[in-house]
Amino acid sequence: MTGLRFGDGNPQYDRQGRLRHLLSIEGLREIDLLQILDTAESFLGIAQRAIKKTPTLRGRTLVNLFFENSTRTRSTFELAAKRLSADVLNIAASQSSATKGESLLDTVDNLMAMQVDGFIVRHPEAGAAHLLARHLGDRALVVNAGDGQHAHPTQALLDVFTIRRLAGPVEQQVVCILGDLLHSRVARALIHALSILGCPEIRVLGPRTLVPPEFASLGVQVHHDPRDALPGASVVYALRLQRERMESHRLPSLDEFHRRFGLTPERLALAAPGALVLHPGPINRGVEIGSAVVDGPQSVILAQVEHGLAVRMAVLSLLAGVGGHED
Amino acid sequence: MKTESRLIRGARLLDPCTGLDAVTDLAIDRGRILAVGELPAGFTPTEVIDGQGCCLCPGFIETSFQGHTPGSGRDGSLASELRAAAAGGFTSVLLRPDTSPVADTPGVIREQQAEAAAAGLIRVLPCGALTPGLRGRELSEMAALLEAGAVAFGQAQRSIEDTQLLRLALSYAADFDRTVLLHPEDARLAADGVMDEGPLSLRLGLGGRPRLAEDIGLYRDLQVARLAGARVHFPTLSSAAAAEQIDAAQAAGQAVTAGVSIHHLLLTSQDIGTFNTHVKILPPLRDARQQEALRQARARGTLSVLSAQHEPWGPDHRGSTMTAAPFGIAAIEYLLPLALNLVRAGLLSMLQLVQRLTTGPAAALGLPLPSLAPGSVADLCLFDPEQPWEASANGWSVGDNHPYRHWELRGAVRLTLRDGRIVHRREP
Repeated sequence: MTGLRFGDGNPQYDRQGRLRHLLSIEGLREIDLLQILDTAESFLGIAQRAIKKTPTLRGRTLVNLFFENSTRTRSTFELAAKRLSADVLNIAASQSSATKGESLLDTVDNLMAMQVDGFIVRHPEAGAAHLLARHLGDRALVVNAGDGQHAHPTQALLDVFTIRRLAGPVEQQVVCILGDLLHSRVARALIHALSILGCPEIRVLGPRTLVPPEFASLGVQVHHDPRDALPGASVVYALRLQRERMESHRLPSLDEFHRRFGLTPERLALAAPGALVLHPGPINRGVEIGSAVVDGPQSVILAQVEHGLAVRMAVLSLLAGVGGHED
Repeated sequence: MKTESRLIRGARLLDPCTGLDAVTDLAIDRGRILAVGELPAGFTPTEVIDGQGCCLCPGFIETSFQGHTPGSGRDGSLASELRAAAAGGFTSVLLRPDTSPVADTPGVIREQQAEAAAAGLIRVLPCGALTPGLRGRELSEMAALLEAGAVAFGQAQRSIEDTQLLRLALSYAADFDRTVLLHPEDARLAADGVMDEGPLSLRLGLGGRPRLAEDIGLYRDLQVARLAGARVHFPTLSSAAAAEQIDAAQAAGQAVTAGVSIHHLLLTSQDIGTFNTHVKILPPLRDARQQEALRQARARGTLSVLSAQHEPWGPDHRGSTMTAAPFGIAAIEYLLPLALNLVRAGLLSMLQLVQRLTTGPAAALGLPLPSLAPGSVADLCLFDPEQPWEASANGWSVGDNHPYRHWELRGAVRLTLRDGRIVHRREP
């Protein structure tokens, strides 16, 4: 293996400045972000047709390489690739065998020997997708489907796609993200995507143990009280609260979290009238969000899933369409 | 066997012990410095070395050196790493006790000495573990470790969580009048962070190690050391507040010394960029403000030791994620050109730099101060302060874990002598 090069700018782009890999929203040019969203619009229509396939990626092989459990992300990527006529290989490596980076690169080298064209990778450690992209360079594309607490770019893309489509221009939204920001790759990715698209006000809400004041360095308003954070919000984004946070003493109990921050109809009423409610799933009903809100008229949680498919088709078709992957 | 004698002509002699800074000749005979300036009549050296344009000073001393002996061999061993140190101008290195197994028994200390003798390069100074396994739960058999050849006691990069045990270990060690090297850190607060806690760790989603963990750990260690009457050394500090604490303790007359690594003076947490594992180090690189404070403390002399903090990791660790990669940078062979940047930046004079690499560490470890005065042991370093070069893909060290590959290096070690014998030579 040749030495990995570090510090070489943004590994998502090739020397000609074309998007080769999708690793994080941070560092993505606005024009590329918009192109993905616009392409996703066109794929949304395909899903309504009786014949849902396009030949865009015919003959290509993509690997779904998941070192962490996933239902939505893995299955929508698989479906996206199949609707683009790519062959898909699903590999679910157990988390325990993946604590070493070497095994990640070794796995990938073995798959490369089978002449695959790209990897959709989810890994419990931050930077795993970057590591893969540096290792592969131009040989295959890499899409980050979530790396540790770092990034989850396609989730952010489907989130802003949903906001743009159902709430209106991102430049006119006030977005409140609530929950466990500290451990959330979804939140980090969403904040970057909203910032790039010119969202004028991004608020984050949660207890200090999960929303430390340092979040202000990302250009967001940090709040610890829903009565300050929700008024005027046109989009309320609830994050999944993981039960592990209790063991690390960041919360006294899930009930207490719900008491202070849980998105109930009463709290949602503080936000702007008709504010959209988003959630990346899987949902903990009665913890970060109440069932009445999940199933209520303002919830667009299932639309997010539908949009996820279109956005992932757009990402795969755009990345695979870049030269070098061609033959 | 013919006795080696050498004459080094026309080099700029830098002796931090006597303050000598002058261009003159230096003669070596039977492993010792024979004369400086005027040579004794009838001296006929076996080799004459042209030192024009070069600096000649005592060999460097390292206080934080991971030699991986005993160890698996995958990440280098004393044979490879002492060669790298010799190439860097070092003539003595204090071995970190966090080997595998830990240097907590006389057998390990003897193995280290035997391996070093077999390598036949530079001196090793074994450091016994202060507590067995560095676990911080019991006291090591310190008398036995000293008898086997340990020159100091240390905890490598593990702090002792139990303050009572720390107090007892330092009190017991104080009987032997040896330096104890401590890693000042509140272990619970540092948790399992892999980089400085701050905006970048937040953005990268990596666990942060707050600066406060070092400041609190150092405060406790300093107070306990004073109570116990132990002489302590902190090899590599990373924060402004830590340097201030050392300032205050020294002003109050406490027997404490501290150092800083060249990496913390030249790099900041920003160099992690997008997950550059080659700058993962403990304590973590901090921000530019902390770096500036360290540079000033270094210039003031508060931090009297400049360390290469040598921690090689072999090719099996390549391709690790930031979380999985081990802590450490292996760049001892590039220390001199890197450190000359501090002289060129006006932070240190050439003599001060040599001081922080020779008499500074010697004093911290309670060793005799190296000197160029006649009669002194001829452990020397001759270097060209201007020679440009680049770190090659394959250095002497088995570890390639350093971020300096594409740096323009200026200044190169031409000769390293131990007991008057050449252990490293680089042609100009």
